[in-house]
Amino acid sequence: NKTITMSFVEYRDTIKDGDTAIVFLGHESMFPVKVQHGGKTQTKYGVIRHSTDLIGKRYGSKVTCSKGGWVFILHPTPELWTMNLPHRTQILYSTDISLITMMLELKPGSIVCESGTGSGSLSHAIIRTVAPTGHLYTVEFHQQRAEKAEEEFQEHKVEHLVTVKNQDVCKNGFGVSNVADAVFLDIPSPWEAIGHAKSALKIEGGRICSFSPCIEQVQRTCLAMEEHGFTEINTLESLLRVYNVRTVSLQIPDLGKAAEDNSGTGFDSSNQSNPESLYGILQQGTAQFKSGVPLKEMVGHTGYLTFATKSLF
Amino acid sequence: MAEESARPGPRIREGDWAVLKRDEVFKAVQVLRRRKVIFEKQWFYLDNAIGHIYGTTFEVSTGGSLQPKKKMEETTTETKEAGTDNRNIVDDGKSQKLTHDDIQALKDKGIKGQEIVQQLIENSTTFRGKTEFAQDKYIKKKKKKYEAVITIVKPSTRILSTMYYAREPGKINHLRYDTLAQMLTLGNIRAGNKMIVMETCAGLVLGAIMERMGGHGSIIQMYPGGGPVRAATSCFGFPESFFRTLYEFPLSKVCSLVSGTFSSETLPSEPDYNVPVEEESNGSLEEKQTLIQETEVESNTEAVMESIETGDQETMDDLAAEDAECKESKERRNKENIREKQRKQQERKRKLVETAALLEEKNADGLIVASKFHPTPLLLSLLEFVAPSRPFVVYCQYKEPLLDCYTKLREKGGVINLKLSETWLRNYQVLPDRSHPKLMMSGGGGYLLSGITVTMEKVQSDANSLEAQKIEEPASKKRKLEELHC
Repeated sequence: NKTITMSFVEYRDTIKDGDTAIVFLGHESMFPVKVQHGGKTQTKYGVIRHSTDLIGKRYGSKVTCSKGGWVFILHPTPELWTMNLPHRTQILYSTDISLITMMLELKPGSIVCESGTGSGSLSHAIIRTVAPTGHLYTVEFHQQRAEKAEEEFQEHKVEHLVTVKNQDVCKNGFGVSNVADAVFLDIPSPWEAIGHAKSALKIEGGRICSFSPCIEQVQRTCLAMEEHGFTEINTLESLLRVYNVRTVSLQIPDLGKAAEDNSGTGFDSSNQSNPESLYGILQQGTAQFKSGVPLKEMVGHTGYLTFATKSLF
Repeated sequence: MAEESARPGPRIREGDWAVLKRDEVFKAVQVLRRRKVIFEKQWFYLDNAIGHIYGTTFEVSTGGSLQPKKKMEETTTETKEAGTDNRNIVDDGKSQKLTHDDIQALKDKGIKGQEIVQQLIENSTTFRGKTEFAQDKYIKKKKKKYEAVITIVKPSTRILSTMYYAREPGKINHLRYDTLAQMLTLGNIRAGNKMIVMETCAGLVLGAIMERMGGHGSIIQMYPGGGPVRAATSCFGFPESFFRTLYEFPLSKVCSLVSGTFSSETLPSEPDYNVPVEEESNGSLEEKQTLIQETEVESNTEAVMESIETGDQETMDDLAAEDAECKESKERRNKENIREKQRKQQERKRKLVETAALLEEKNADGLIVASKFHPTPLLLSLLEFVAPSRPFVVYCQYKEPLLDCYTKLREKGGVINLKLSETWLRNYQVLPDRSHPKLMMSGGGGYLLSGITVTMEKVQSDANSLEAQKIEEPASKKRKLEELHC
């Protein structure tokens, strides 16, 4: 159905009015922009005029701004959205999202229940994966957050793939029964929602995941899962290590010269007291090499991911 | 079994590709009647499984037939008696009074695993002295060994990637399953994409991509040598329709395609690459049933059947006539075979030209590379076929080739947001008062280089220097880093 612009779940070539595009300034500096006829966006390189600079241009194009500097305009993806969305809560990043997606066995056609919606980071990723035939039921107990999420899904033209409910999942569940292939929980007391998760899942079974920052939460949740008959209960965590690619130059230390012997001047490679032959192949000056250098700091913990299977047996 | 048929859920059918599961061990098999299967030191037939719902657990009973096992009742160990610590527990190897033979005798009598575990507990002199936790651990260990239940589950990327990493990591270049998960997400793999894939991971990566595309969109698989290996892809059990939009293209023709001198005249010689070479498993490696062997046996049987049919009459005249008939039909069959071969050759050429055209559109939605080859030439050439503003992900078992790849990509231009990373994965044991990370963890799962394509600029040097300026960290930060490493 090409009349509905579904750029978040399908690629298109050119930028259109109403799209959410990503402005890339260089080296991880980027921000989202809502493309509109007559719209203007300020960047440190100058102004971008939507009508002339964006609409009709190919995604991936370079756009020169009014001050002469330039940017790239990128097609939106859930991953780029995650890096740039406005935070209303702490969000899940792509590292955890990747693992969740695979371990819950999500694919086109999957029916998924999620709570809490939060800032919609995982929601966008789920919608992308289950499209065009699946659906996401997402529950958020905070009214404004639920409304903001609903708004964003509409702006991103994915509302046909998602249903937002403003209620407390621990008290009232997901609002659906026996339809889900997978359930995801990122709430303070997930053990209180395990029963509801079980009834939301299909009778023949499905997968569940609970994300909790604290081990005490994990312990309670695992117990609740066991009590409700879930199997294959497994807790793990995943961390991302990024490397900067750098050309590194190390100076060769000056170890001095051996004392001269009677035979005379000069060092040659056969001379035993020559520092180069004693201590390796390095000559004077610097040695250069390419290295993948870890960053000074890395994320050491986001949360524990607990997966389990609902089975008939 | 009215109760059985009333239960909802996909049922195990003959011909399905399924996965046998026992605790953490998996084996992918095709469900075929009268076919002996070895799994975790047990021999059995899958015939009885047909018709049951996926997720059913079975026990292997005498004769190698599977019997569905009902949900296990909790073995309430009456022994509340336990010790406080292990200061007096001496491990002399003599605490278990049952011998190997005793246990074997119990097994031979057909005593259920549950009962054997109970017997072991009663005959252990040290059991009552163990702490509750130690008793718990002991029971779990014995149950794992003696209560052998096999579950039959549907294949998925999660299961197959875990299986391969555990037992045949060499076949998949040591690609750990969470690294694969990152690739699928970073690459924005989804329904409707036009993907280019280059992998030498037995077809596991291809299968994972196909699962995430759900049969929508198209995939062009680049392959080295004579043809792509898709042994693992078969294990997913995708419907036929998924394969209609799967294309393949030989790497040996990439240069000609990029330079515009492509010709379909010389095709690489083609092995029979669509037959899975062996039943893939992460179970015991002694299991060597090969499907290729079996298909050979089948075709021999067919040949025998044929010859019996043609040799029906017994009279001399008939024999003579038969002889001539035999010769004629043989000649006919030979001609048919040649025609069939030619037809197949033509079909392959046609597909090759079609695939080349798809590549030449240079509008692929993404590129995934995961192979034993050095990634740089693959990236630099295959990115030519990818549209701008699309993600690409390269996996390499080693970090260094990706350093080179990164550098060459920077020089070439047309890419942004380059990131070199790896994921660290850790499993936990979660039990009341006994929660901690597990003892062993994976030492490494490979490295990923990812990025996004952008339009190539005509004024190359300009763009590169500007981009280089932008991408380089501010000078002060750079100096600090180097200081750290001196």
